[in-house]
Amino acid sequence: MTLLEAKNISIGFPSRHGMFVAVKDVSFNVQPGEILGVVGESGAGKSTVGNAIIALLEPPGEIIAGEVWFKGKRIDNLPEEEKRSMRGRHIGMIFQDPQTSLDPLKTIKQQLVETIDVHLRLGRKGSEKRAIELLEKVGIPDPELRINHYPHQFSGGMRQRVVIALALCGEPELIIADEPTTALDVSVQKQILDLMRKLCIETNVGMILVTHDMGVIAEVTDRVAVMYNSKLMEIGPTSQILSNPQHEYTKSLISAIPRPDKRIDRFPLVSYIEQIIEPEQAFNIKEHWLGQAQEYTMPVADDGTILQVKDLCMRFQISNSLFKSKRRYLDAVKGANFTIKEGETFGIVGESGSGKSTIARMVTGLYTPYSGSVNFLGKEISAINHTPEVLAYRRQMQMVFQDPFSSLNSRMRVMSIVAEPIMFHKLAQSREEAEQIVLDLLKLVGMSDDAYAKYPHQFSGGQRQRISIARALATRPRFLICDEPTSALDVSVQAQILNLLKDLQQELNLSMLFISHDLPVIRQMCDRVAVMQFGAILEQADTEQLFQNPQHQYTQHLLSLMPKLDMLPGRGLS
Amino acid sequence: MFSFLINRLLQSIVVLIAVALIAFSLFKFVGDPINNMVGQDTTLQEREELRERLGLNDPFHLQFYHFIKNAVVGDFGISYRHKVPVSDLIAERAPATLELSIISALLSVFIGIPMGVYTAIHRRGFISRSFMSLSLVGISLPTFLIGILFIFLFGVILRWLPTFGRGEVVSIGWWTTGLLTWSGIKSLILPSITLALFQMTLIMRLVRTEMLEVLCTDYIKFARARGLSEQAINFGHALKNTLIPVITIIGLQLGLVMAFAIITETVFQWPGMGMLFIQSIEEVDVPVMAAYLMMISVIFVSINLLVDILYAYIDPRLTIDGGSKHG
Repeated sequence: MTLLEAKNISIGFPSRHGMFVAVKDVSFNVQPGEILGVVGESGAGKSTVGNAIIALLEPPGEIIAGEVWFKGKRIDNLPEEEKRSMRGRHIGMIFQDPQTSLDPLKTIKQQLVETIDVHLRLGRKGSEKRAIELLEKVGIPDPELRINHYPHQFSGGMRQRVVIALALCGEPELIIADEPTTALDVSVQKQILDLMRKLCIETNVGMILVTHDMGVIAEVTDRVAVMYNSKLMEIGPTSQILSNPQHEYTKSLISAIPRPDKRIDRFPLVSYIEQIIEPEQAFNIKEHWLGQAQEYTMPVADDGTILQVKDLCMRFQISNSLFKSKRRYLDAVKGANFTIKEGETFGIVGESGSGKSTIARMVTGLYTPYSGSVNFLGKEISAINHTPEVLAYRRQMQMVFQDPFSSLNSRMRVMSIVAEPIMFHKLAQSREEAEQIVLDLLKLVGMSDDAYAKYPHQFSGGQRQRISIARALATRPRFLICDEPTSALDVSVQAQILNLLKDLQQELNLSMLFISHDLPVIRQMCDRVAVMQFGAILEQADTEQLFQNPQHQYTQHLLSLMPKLDMLPGRGLS
Repeated sequence: MFSFLINRLLQSIVVLIAVALIAFSLFKFVGDPINNMVGQDTTLQEREELRERLGLNDPFHLQFYHFIKNAVVGDFGISYRHKVPVSDLIAERAPATLELSIISALLSVFIGIPMGVYTAIHRRGFISRSFMSLSLVGISLPTFLIGILFIFLFGVILRWLPTFGRGEVVSIGWWTTGLLTWSGIKSLILPSITLALFQMTLIMRLVRTEMLEVLCTDYIKFARARGLSEQAINFGHALKNTLIPVITIIGLQLGLVMAFAIITETVFQWPGMGMLFIQSIEEVDVPVMAAYLMMISVIFVSINLLVDILYAYIDPRLTIDGGSKHG
């Protein structure tokens, strides 16, 4: 019997300017024991579908057309009280971020027992016993002990297991998982996906897995629905959609995924999605202000080394005490050593908490290192100070941050944002010259002509990241630090930004420190790579060598976790 | 936890000493107390003797040392005006102020929080909107005006409630209470509501804003997705999380209630410490002013200390140190 059937549903959000339709005419079904993937980029309406089925649309959103049937019963027109009794009991939900989906002030036990008691009425003792069984089922070691802990005492992956246990409390027949692994590290992601797969097989639960990640889709789903711009593009068995996509959108989406298996020059662009202004060469860069940086700057060492990091350490105090012996520290970076040559892209890869961003922050001078040295263009710059001399070196080094939403001042126009570093470092003779440079820079990163007069919130994530890059280039740097520059972006936008970075590097002879948790991206971007774990660099090698012949056990482990996209067209054969 | 407490205690002591220094400086720099104490026909020599006897000729730091030494045991010297020990004066007045401010504090907490919760849950309801509009009155009208309006309405026009004094009081040891007689309770109603009104509306609006924010969090959404009842979500999960930031503000506000009962006490002729303080300012009765200052700062500091401890008690992320992550 079909578990869930959505028939031609449309979902709308009434507003003052008329009805905003977030989902248009979408139909699909889910069978027991099956995982249906819903994939699409941000704003495609995929989460809205999940929320509508469990009747948790943000008011005033509502299903404006179509029907939802659950086990032969229509559920979209039930009264509110009956919808509530469906939730948890028949349809469960798992959210994206395990850090925020548990009540921080209650123990796991309180939350589990409360939920079990609502649905199964097992009484106190019975609910407790059931709670421990559930924790065991989702793979939490020592459930009798751990059940009394608070959410903050669990790591991210364990917390997501607790969330899954909570979703299973009412023994639902259908689970909607909204980006369940997006906030997790690769290794943990794999475990959670395996767990969800196992649960579906063992208990015959149907699952709707909403995600933007094709790797996740390829890993666990039986069938996949591709959504774009509120509409369902195509739906079918996963292997068929991935290997032989019918719709143009699906084709271009798949082609934009960075390949883990082979290095290519440029990312294919998702041409279907939007008309992108390819960065055009409107001026000769060598004659332009941007290209004239070399004559002002300090010469690179003879062997071409632009940055040398020696025995770099960082230590944070995590608990304070009156007594020195009781203070506890976290060694975030333990003696990092590496050198970067001019024109080279050096990658650092590792899971969250491995210390890779801490290194970036020490190199840029946002943190003062606990010990060790950072030598840039022959100058020791590890201590934070702002003498004009050090400032001249710091100007040569700029950073692009991860989150394009918080790294631009929302109260400043794009013109002022990009012009600020030029004016601060007095790189232009006049305000007019600076403004002309800003216009050229914006053109260089592929922004339209009228962008300069707008505020950051008027742009999408990818466009904002372009603005960040323009701002970083505004001091004519020779060295760019990119800290997860694309991990907040959709895959199609990621391809554009990575292409842009590659082009700029070639034209301006930039050196780069590129930090990412994403191995395929690293493979496409970097010349050499360092692998980090627990604050230590485990292995350093040329990218191709590292991917083909990893030496360290942890590197081998990481590589084995990369999503298998063998079934994609033209892959896995080479 | 232990070092946290020690740390806070040390900070509190530093604050108290700073306040003591300011309070003591009053003695030194606000006029000559001798002039206020003696008549016009006192000779210069007699004045000098008095000065010597009161220790006013000692160097500054020695005087400060004596002041602190005495203050620690509750001895603030003798009131210039009343010629009795300041501690006796305060002990006599304290019950009136404490009773008034504790009752208003309770009123504002136990009416303000439920009202805040109600208006957050039924955001668009008619009653919520009326509460919100009325609360504007509470926030924007000054206390003395509300007091006078109350006196006019309930005391003069309706003649329901007394408008001044504490009514009949009963002594229990050194403490006097108005809570045990009918007239005492009736006298308490108007001043305590006047004093509570501002805090009540402030707490209500604070709780409302905070609760609205909590209701938007993922864990509330997840609780809904698990099918928990609205009751369990609102009171079991949302309220506790709401109260964490609210407690800090409530703590500070309750200190203010005690410290600035002055206006209400003046309007209602309430025989409490506020009145005593106002009178002592008029008469330049420096020991009383200093003692009052010290007492208020002790109250503030201890309320804050209490809030910190309460905080650690409610929020498990603070008590159990963050390092105990497993798996």
